[in-house]
Amino acid sequence: MKYVDEFRDGRLIRKAAEEIRRLTKPDYHYRIMEVCGGHTHSIYRYGLKDLLPENVELVHGPGCPVCVLPMGRVDDGLMIAEQSGAILTAFGDMMRVPGSKGSPLEYKARGMDVRMVYSPLDALKIAEKNPDREVFFFAIGFETTAPSTALTLMRAKAKGVANFTVFCNHVTIIPPIRAILDSPDMRLDAFIGPGHVSTVIGCRPYAFIARDYGKPVVVSGFEPLDLLQSIVMILRQLNEGRAEVENQYGRVVPWEGNLPALRAMSEVFELRPFFEWRGLGFISQSALKLAPAYADFDAEVRFEAPGIRVTDPKAAQCGEVLKGVLKPHQCKLFGKECTPEHPIGALMVSSEGACAAHYQYTMRQSELDLLEDA
Amino acid sequence: MTTQTNGAAAGVRFRDPQIDMAHGAGGKATRRLIEGLIAPLLSNPVLDRLDDAAILDLGDERLAMTADGFVVNPIRFPGGSIGELAVNGTVNDLAMAGAKPIALLATLVLEAGLPADALRAEVEAMAAAAREAGVVIVGGDTKVVEHGKADGLYVTTAGFGLVDPRARLDARSVRPGDRILLSGPIGDHGITILLARGELDLEADLASDTRPVWPFVAALLDAAAPGLRWMRDPTRGGVASTLNELARDARVGVALFEERIPLRPAVRGACEILGLDPLHIANEGQMIAVVAPETAEAALAAVRGVPGGEAAALIGEIREQPARSVLSVSDYGSTRILDMLVGDPLPRIC
Repeated sequence: MKYVDEFRDGRLIRKAAEEIRRLTKPDYHYRIMEVCGGHTHSIYRYGLKDLLPENVELVHGPGCPVCVLPMGRVDDGLMIAEQSGAILTAFGDMMRVPGSKGSPLEYKARGMDVRMVYSPLDALKIAEKNPDREVFFFAIGFETTAPSTALTLMRAKAKGVANFTVFCNHVTIIPPIRAILDSPDMRLDAFIGPGHVSTVIGCRPYAFIARDYGKPVVVSGFEPLDLLQSIVMILRQLNEGRAEVENQYGRVVPWEGNLPALRAMSEVFELRPFFEWRGLGFISQSALKLAPAYADFDAEVRFEAPGIRVTDPKAAQCGEVLKGVLKPHQCKLFGKECTPEHPIGALMVSSEGACAAHYQYTMRQSELDLLEDA
Repeated sequence: MTTQTNGAAAGVRFRDPQIDMAHGAGGKATRRLIEGLIAPLLSNPVLDRLDDAAILDLGDERLAMTADGFVVNPIRFPGGSIGELAVNGTVNDLAMAGAKPIALLATLVLEAGLPADALRAEVEAMAAAAREAGVVIVGGDTKVVEHGKADGLYVTTAGFGLVDPRARLDARSVRPGDRILLSGPIGDHGITILLARGELDLEADLASDTRPVWPFVAALLDAAAPGLRWMRDPTRGGVASTLNELARDARVGVALFEERIPLRPAVRGACEILGLDPLHIANEGQMIAVVAPETAEAALAAVRGVPGGEAAALIGEIREQPARSVLSVSDYGSTRILDMLVGDPLPRIC
């Protein structure tokens, strides 16, 4: 498969791993954060830890859209859908995310009309086919998916589809990175920059990380060779005392981003003054809501979201894991109360979540037995 | 007066408050439901083995019995239909016990409003599949439920076969050094069904792999019977779930060499786009066998000689560690644990 096989070539992967070993200083512990959940998944899926020297540590970041969604928002969305009798549409990623009274899939098992869609445009099609029903799209994602929600809303408005609303949970990637950089716990040397988000926003928005915080950023693809090459580029910067934004994923990411997508987003969305992130707390100007011109399509306006705030179970340490302060297995609930089958936090649900990836790709049965017995 | 309920006495451990779709997906939840609720309440030495088919000793002969229910949407899809699946799924469960299928019983649950032509097409498909598999359908039952209370047509089949005397299959005979043989490319059925639902704007030239696997088994018995230790068809839950069952039942480690797994480009492409792991996708015409190392090459050649088995491969080996787990080993030296499917495979978009 073109553009995939080249980046999974065993010989090149071994070579990149050797180069990483050559570039690392034995007496220094490197901490590199991969911001994006897609990268977290690839790192586990391809067992990249096995290829890195012990002193190169990858720290999992906050770039998993369902992981950072507070439980109260899930409850709000499910409650609006339930009370209005709407058809709830959402991506597959959302289906198992737990609200305090169950996930969308569990609501579906209890009788709610929940439909998985592959694009917000499919949700709009469902609305057009069911003019007598409300159709409610539970929108999630960073700048990766926000443009498709924006284009869908522009189309809905142009067509005057009156029974379609969006519950907007789109978030932006820069504010949480800044929050992590400003956090007193921060002990990072560099960042692997998100791949898909950067196809939209480009590489320029990361400049402050290099300029103001002196940390290298390399925007990376998702294949094993992409990630190893990005680590090589980071190590070269660190060794040469440089801190720059570099683009390893040039075959997909344009430096300036995708201007039509950005224009659609600015037409449809505006920044919320603040938004709650699971584990990171309230972050100002970190999320999007529908602009007044699209208020008719805004589920929060049409139905009034209850604004439920649900605190995570006390022992759950999702926040520390999202900030990279704790490794997934260091959480008190990991593998005990919280498993992929009975997730307490969304990090254990999404295949991009650090806890689910750690559980599914590294835990041997003997280790799981020990946790259960503990 | 209160007495202890049967449930508590029988060790019912199932605590899920309601039945969800995941309980039918063939992964962890299915296993929990069967082992935690159904098996303890019905416990007996034959059932407790929890094999694909039950085996009853009848003096000189061993009778294999199995039953399988079929609920699939849409009922017709490229490469097959529910009627064909209902025959093949059950004869394949018999074949995995080393039993040549002889006869089937079929129960049809029909939703009022089902076009008679659709029913006729499925009964014709059952007849054709039975001829192909060399079995007769000797009885059954028909029920009709109100419109809206079922999804067109459900089929249940029960199958009977005689275990080949050369077959001595037992997870406990599996030992480190044994090889794992897969009969052909994976994921065709599951991806075909996913695309046939028409919810995705994806098209691919793909067909379900539904077929009887007895010809593979017959070839294996001829070529390598003394070294044939264990067999299973990787249906719901895919190869990953089947290998986890092997690791668990045989109390061994399973090492999988993913690069050796045959996979059609269309299946691979769909999985890449949707964020699915082909190892979790259902198959309806493949089988996995554990064979002794000294018979592995003969077993492979035998399966490759059967039409449909040309792409068979030795995809892994049994090791002592990691006990009761499956370890995928890449050709560039990294490893990862391969877990059972949790819930239904859901596409990843954002």
